[in-house]
Formats: sequence, C-alpha cells, structure tokens
Amino acid sequence: MVRKGEQGPDVLYIDRHLIHEVTSPQAFAGIEKRGVPLFRPKQTIATADHNVPTQNQHLPIKEELSRKQVEALKTNCEKHGVELYGLGHPNQGIVHVIGPELGITQPGMTMVCGDSHTSTHGAFGSIAFGIGTSEVEQVFATQCVLQTKPKSMRIEVNGTLNKAVTAKDIILYIISKLSTSGGTGYFVEFAGSAFESLSMEGRMTVCNMSIELGARGGMIAPDQTTFDYIKGRDFAPPSGGDQWDKKLVYWKTLVTDADAEYDKVVTFDAADIAPMITFGTNPAMGIKISDKVPSANGDESFNKALDYMQMEADTDIIGKPVDYVFIGSCTNSRIEDLRAVANIVKGHKKAENITAWIVPGSKRIEAQAIEEGLDKILIDAGFELRQPGCSACLAMNEDKVPEGKYCVSTSNRNFEGRQGPGSRTMLASPETAAATALKGFVTDATEYLN
Amino acid sequence: MEKFTKISSPIIPLPLENVDTDQIIPARFLKSTSRDGFGENLFRDWRFDKEGNTNTDFVLNKITEGEILVAGKNFGCGSSREHAAWALTDYGFKVVVSSFFADIFKGNALNNGLLPVQVSEAFLQAIFDSSSELEVDLEKQVIRIKDTGAEESFDISAYKKHCLVNGLDDIDFLLSNKEEIEKFELNRN
Repeated sequence: MVRKGEQGPDVLYIDRHLIHEVTSPQAFAGIEKRGVPLFRPKQTIATADHNVPTQNQHLPIKEELSRKQVEALKTNCEKHGVELYGLGHPNQGIVHVIGPELGITQPGMTMVCGDSHTSTHGAFGSIAFGIGTSEVEQVFATQCVLQTKPKSMRIEVNGTLNKAVTAKDIILYIISKLSTSGGTGYFVEFAGSAFESLSMEGRMTVCNMSIELGARGGMIAPDQTTFDYIKGRDFAPPSGGDQWDKKLVYWKTLVTDADAEYDKVVTFDAADIAPMITFGTNPAMGIKISDKVPSANGDESFNKALDYMQMEADTDIIGKPVDYVFIGSCTNSRIEDLRAVANIVKGHKKAENITAWIVPGSKRIEAQAIEEGLDKILIDAGFELRQPGCSACLAMNEDKVPEGKYCVSTSNRNFEGRQGPGSRTMLASPETAAATALKGFVTDATEYLN
Repeated sequence: MEKFTKISSPIIPLPLENVDTDQIIPARFLKSTSRDGFGENLFRDWRFDKEGNTNTDFVLNKITEGEILVAGKNFGCGSSREHAAWALTDYGFKVVVSSFFADIFKGNALNNGLLPVQVSEAFLQAIFDSSSELEVDLEKQVIRIKDTGAEESFDISAYKKHCLVNGLDDIDFLLSNKEEIEKFELNRN
C-alpha cells in the first residue's frame, strides 16, 4: 500500500495488470485525452480473448466491430509499449488462464484486470480482483487503484470429498448456500483440507467463481502445490538460482496466521458436497444433480427464473433433455479439464441431439492437448475442438446458444441470455458436461468414473 | 465529470432482485471502443423482443420520464463491465436506488457520476408502494419520498461524496500522489 487514506480509500500499488480488448480501449483513450503516459508499461500484459472467433483465427475477423476492437488493442499496445499476446501468438489465451500458465501470477502479488474473474489468480495467494475501465485507466496512469479495505471471510471446507466431486462442484455448492450476494463487501479466504487437496487448476476454478458470491476476490494460501506449479514457468524466477530461493522464502511467509481474525467464518463438511448443477438464472440457483428442481416459492425473481428456464418445480433434473454442451471459459478450460472430459468420452460418441463445443483456454493448452492425443479422442466422440478464447461463456463472438436451447456449460454464469439471446444455461463441472453430451440429457457423471 | 448535488425526479421501478450487468447491457453490445451510445441497448433483451419490437410490458417502455431507477436487492451483480454504468448514464439515469449493490458496479457507477443510493428493505418497499417522485440530496445524504414525506439517510464515503459534489475523478487524486508512488516502488518486493 502506497498510502493509507485518512478519510477515504487507500492507494494500492498494483504489481501486475492484465488487459484485454473489451474493457481497455476507453482507458487508453482516457490517458491520451489527459496527455498522461502509461506509467509502467512493463507491468501490463495484454491478450485478445473476449471477442475473438474460435475458428479460423488465422483469417481476418469477419465481423467489423469485433475486428476493430481487436485491432484497437494491437494499436494501443504498440503505441504505449505493452506486450500483447494477440491472435496467432503462442501465448494467446483467456487472460485468467495465461496469467498462471506463464508464471505471471505469483504469491503475494497485487493483480488487477478489467474483468470480474480476476479473482482466479487468488488461487496462488495473490490479491487479485476485477476492476472497471475507469480503474484500468487509473492503473495505466499511476500503477495504483483506490481501494477501501474489504471485510474478511473465511470459508472452510474440511473432511474428505466424495470421489465424483470436483472443484466446480465445491464452489457451486458454496454459492448455493451463501447466495450471489453472500460475499459482497468481503474478500474470501478458502481454507481447509478440501482445498488443500486440490490441484492448482482446481483451486483456480474455486477462486474464479468468488465473484459469483459477490466477493471481489478469493484466495488460497500458497503451499508446495503452488510452488511446484510455478517453478520453471516463463515469468517465474529462474529455478535453481538465488532468485528462486529468495522468492520461495518470501512466499513461504504467506501463510494464514494462527490467530487470524475474520469478520465472518463459514464452515462446510466436504462429505455433504455432491456433483452440482444449476436450474435457474443465477449461479446460486444450484442443486445436487440427484435432487429435484426446488418448489416455486411465490418470490417474483425466483418464478421469473423458472419461467425463463422452462423448468418445472419438483421434477428431477437428471434426464432433462439438453441441446448444447460447452466446455471452456476461465473457470474450466485448463488441461486438467480437457483430460477429465477425454477420460469420460473416450471410445464413446456424443448423442445426436447434442452440439458439443470444447474450447481450450489457451494456445499452450491446445498444443498440449494435441501432444497428449486428447484432440483425437474428443473429435472421435463428436466434439468440435475450437481455438482459444472466452467463446460461448459470454457469447460476444459468434459462439451463441440459440434461443430456447439448453446448454450444460462449464462456465461461470447462467444469467438470462448470457450464452446468446434466449439461451438457457445450466452450470456444471466438465465431468457432468461430458456425461451429458454422451447421453443427450442431464446425466450424473459418476457412472463414467473409474 | 458533471457535478452532483441534489435531484428530484419521478422513479422508474424495477422490482426484481439480482439484476446482473448482462441484463443491463448484454455482452454482444460491448464491441464499441468509445464510452458513448450504450443507452440504446440498456436492458436490451427486456426492452425489445428478438425482432427488435418494443416489449410494451417492460417498465422502461411504460414510463419514459425519470432519472432515478429503483431496483430490487443485489443490483449490478456479475461482470465488471463499466459499460453497465455507461448505459445507465447514457440513457439518462442520475441515481440508482436499491437495498444492496454489487461492489464493482457500485464503484463503476461512482466513477461515472451515477449515484448509487442504498436504502433499507423497508424503505425500498415504501418507494415501490408509493411510486411517487423521489428527492435525493447528496450533500445532506438524505433520500425522501415526496408524496409521503418519508425520509432515510444513506451512506457514501466522504471522499466519493467530495468527488461527486465537485465533479472530480480518482485519477486527478492519484496523479497528485505520483511522488509517493515512485518512492514506494523503490522498496517493493
């Protein structure tokens, strides 16, 4: 912290700033209008992800507005000296996937991005949160943002997870218990054996959806799993030398104090968590996949959601016919997710009524999937393996779920029209999405797990 | 930024909870590289059907006068897109009233001269029940239902209030801290 605000917010220094094509152009225009230079261009990294096609990325973008937006990012980055991993670059990908993958994300850092899922990076014990475009401009101009210290919440999940339960199920379960505003005003720490047992990919899935609780950020204390993940990555301190050892000593100090006090503590039993799926139009409207859609309760917003989703109260969700399956987004598009899907669909074919899109989170993941032969398994099963980007998570590009169609999606939001006007989204894990693709209706993946 | 002191206006009631930023401005309308013109697509999929016809049941199509939007709790949840605040101001809103705001939206609104006024559940209900004009006095931090005279005070950080009243923004303030920022950088990990 640069300066503690006496009557107002604090001045918080930002170690790493990630930008993309959608929320940065107005901020670049802002500093230009003020005649202020980009203060620390080396601490900002750019990629094109939100509004890029996921097919034929080598060709010029067809849609004019999208092409102009992606071109504006390139022009702005060149002009202001910002490193850009644009379309075609081997490091290109979803901003919250490439940060960790390249070792840009490290414990103890402050990180921001004009995207609410910046909370993902908290999986490394960094302080990471989403900002608006005016704040992007603040970081451009001063490498700082103004922040009021949030309240603290500890979410503890202890015990042993059931075999079929994934990181996605844990976070959907927590959100269903705490609501989409349960974390508003808080910064969350996820703690307990359930999170310690997760891989970095799983921890990122959990922290990614902190914002779906309303929390600005979520974090997990770094441990050996974290250090092992970072070691050897492009932006990590070179391993085997003094720099790595020095950083490691610092990172190891970033543990939770034994006497830490929180404004709120919530505890869950890992054994109570089962595979989850959402039935409504916000991420807290989630149930165990084996449960029935809850009863309508007279609440206008609840009834509107059931009506939009054309879900009948008190009926099973397993067996509900589905049209699309989307595997991707900053929540679940990492190599581990692709492996989980391949493991389930290997040797099977998707159901005829299903269109299945699988969109790797980055060029590197795409390359690794090909190296591991996952591409063949997925294509043989009838999946369309696309090129990296945010794709149908927010449907800014042409990857849209048509009106009235159901999509079981590994993304993070099931808002009305999120995946295209009139689309109906059901959020779930990659495993559930894969099993659903094979059967053609909502399916519990447990039977496919060996 | 425009200065904000006091406003008196009819309300536009939207008694729904968890109105997310994808409803306020759907992602497919985020392709512009300027801050202007987003009002056209404010609440796009509630205001218009898929052919672009006006949905006459939706409140913005029923009430056309009013600079104060009143919505159910957890307004502005979801995406951090500042375009949501730009769409609301471009449409002509100066104030949004709710019993609860999502954090990022609240910050974005304040950075664009759009005042988020958080009231109690009971007062929110009283506003919906009366559908009267509202008076919002930022200097006194009071919101008042004109018909009934019912009042409630609201919170805002002293710093943000100062910015709104004087039409200042955060960058002016941050830039004035440049020396301290450079000093801080020398001792960073």
